[in-house]
Amino acid sequence: MKVIVPVKRVPDTAGDKVIDADTKTMDRDAGETVLCPVNEFAIEEAVKLKEATGAEVTVLLIGPDGAQSTIRKALSYGLDGAIQVTDDAISGSDALGTARVIAAALADVEFDVVIFGNQSTDARTSLVPAAVAELLDLPSLTYARFMEIDGDAITVHREHEEGWDVVESTLPAVVSVVEAINEPRYPNFKGIMAAKSKPLDVKSLADLGVDAAAVGAGDAAATMYAFEPRPPKAAGTIVTDDGSGSAADDLADWMEEQKFI
Amino acid sequence: MDVPRLLPDDEAQALLDLVTTIGERELRPRAATDEAAGSFPRDVVAMLGASGLLGLPYPVEVGGGGQPYEVYLQALEELARAWATPALATSVHVLSCHALAGYGTPEQQERLLGPLLAGDRLGAYALSEPQAGSDVAAMTTRARRDGDEWILDGTKAWITHGGHADSYTTFARTSEDRTRGISCFVVPGNSPGLSFGAPESKMGLTASPTTTVNYDGVRIPADNLVGEVGQGMAIALDALDSGRLGIAAIATGVSQAALDAAVDYAHEREQFGKPIIRHQGLAFLLADMATRVGQSRATVLDAARRRDAGQDVSRAASIAKLTATDNAMAVTTDAVQVFGGYGYTREFPVERYMREVKVMQIFEGTNQIQRLVISRTL
Repeated sequence: MKVIVPVKRVPDTAGDKVIDADTKTMDRDAGETVLCPVNEFAIEEAVKLKEATGAEVTVLLIGPDGAQSTIRKALSYGLDGAIQVTDDAISGSDALGTARVIAAALADVEFDVVIFGNQSTDARTSLVPAAVAELLDLPSLTYARFMEIDGDAITVHREHEEGWDVVESTLPAVVSVVEAINEPRYPNFKGIMAAKSKPLDVKSLADLGVDAAAVGAGDAAATMYAFEPRPPKAAGTIVTDDGSGSAADDLADWMEEQKFI
Repeated sequence: MDVPRLLPDDEAQALLDLVTTIGERELRPRAATDEAAGSFPRDVVAMLGASGLLGLPYPVEVGGGGQPYEVYLQALEELARAWATPALATSVHVLSCHALAGYGTPEQQERLLGPLLAGDRLGAYALSEPQAGSDVAAMTTRARRDGDEWILDGTKAWITHGGHADSYTTFARTSEDRTRGISCFVVPGNSPGLSFGAPESKMGLTASPTTTVNYDGVRIPADNLVGEVGQGMAIALDALDSGRLGIAAIATGVSQAALDAAVDYAHEREQFGKPIIRHQGLAFLLADMATRVGQSRATVLDAARRRDAGQDVSRAASIAKLTATDNAMAVTTDAVQVFGGYGYTREFPVERYMREVKVMQIFEGTNQIQRLVISRTL
């Protein structure tokens, strides 16, 4: 079985994000970058398939030269190789543009299943996996909190607000997973050492036959008109107990008022 | 707060990032609870093994991580910054592998060392005895040959992982010659005749089990003799520097944790209308603490780099052990001072740090022994 895990380099989730005032896109060089934490759940599912079936797992990353540390981080979980698509024209792509590049990269290789994280921690649109499935005319099984492959059949539990639906299809298919699906392991130090010797296939848009005009900021379907920094944190509400246990009631009232309960 | 480090390559940085992540997520949150309960975190140590962190300084060919001491010791320091007990477990485990890695046959390295370096088995190091502490050659535990076996009788003291380890690297007397009459053996933890005293009730490192180990006619295969008969003292002495550097790195890590806690607190705690770090008396105390932590790390890394370059590091390792553990005692004591009355309570970790580092001035050669070693090289 061949598995592809698309991964993304994102700003450190613990750090402040900076928007470039001119391009109105995130300044990706402004701070530390990390492998998107949601990708770790997709990688864990792929590693489990590798352990169970000997699946060959390849990571796919769209990003500039500097993103290779992110690729090595992904490979350190014991994956087999990587594809990197890098091209200046990709910069500023919206979700649809990104999906076009990923779909083109996938069309260029063999695979049985593509496992995405359901969203990236920077954009959080959750659009890309379904868009890729649509562009490739493949079954789309998103928001999986459970997945199982048996022969060429795949079953997922698709999470939604009221529970989950059982969704089945045949392979090849595109899956996106939510964080409830597993508990990602830590990379092994030997995996870290082995990562640098794993094959990395670097491709440009021309290699994939993608028209540079169809991606990037110029062709984005979404337009950013304005942005504002996050407002400063408002002062909290302090609930004081008068000794009678009143704080519990006050707290419950407040939570009800805020619709937490 | 991440410690800015100078590391030789990207892999070393990735290793330190991994150790920091594991430390923050898996070690630090459990430290206070497990130390209070005296509960050995065997699952945490197993997780360190699965992550490849229990064999870092040994060659890749025998199953290790192939890391220089410069990198291994910084990883150990980083573990100790999160929680001293798993860092000590790692250091003792690595020490228990030293004889097999340096003196074992290829067959022993595959059979006995491989599972230790892979983290599948936990090692212990049985050298000290009740009456043979600093004076190692005073040991009385004996081994006698019987056909294809060795039979061990005696008692070892202060053994970290006693009762928990799968493998005890044991030194025992095979003749009366004071130094050339000691040999090194690997004793499986499930050997009949092997028993353990109750865990010592200690001042600190309470989650790390320390027991006596009793050998009562313990039979082991002749193939579990490591090196030559009579080579045990040389093997033990050869491991001394590495063991001391491990403790020095752990002491540095706990010092860093105490400094981090004190600095955070000094920024938050306000007296006379401003954070106490803005009062010069406290600020200078913190500056002295930071200076000591820097000194400790510098002497540890100097010794590590010399060891990696193949130099004799006997003096450098003793200087590092003496510097880092005396500094750790001072820094953790000062951290309690920064916290004031709160620092004396078990609500905050600094009193625990202070209790944990005291023993580091004692084990792996008391700091008086370190001064002896240093002075003899002058």
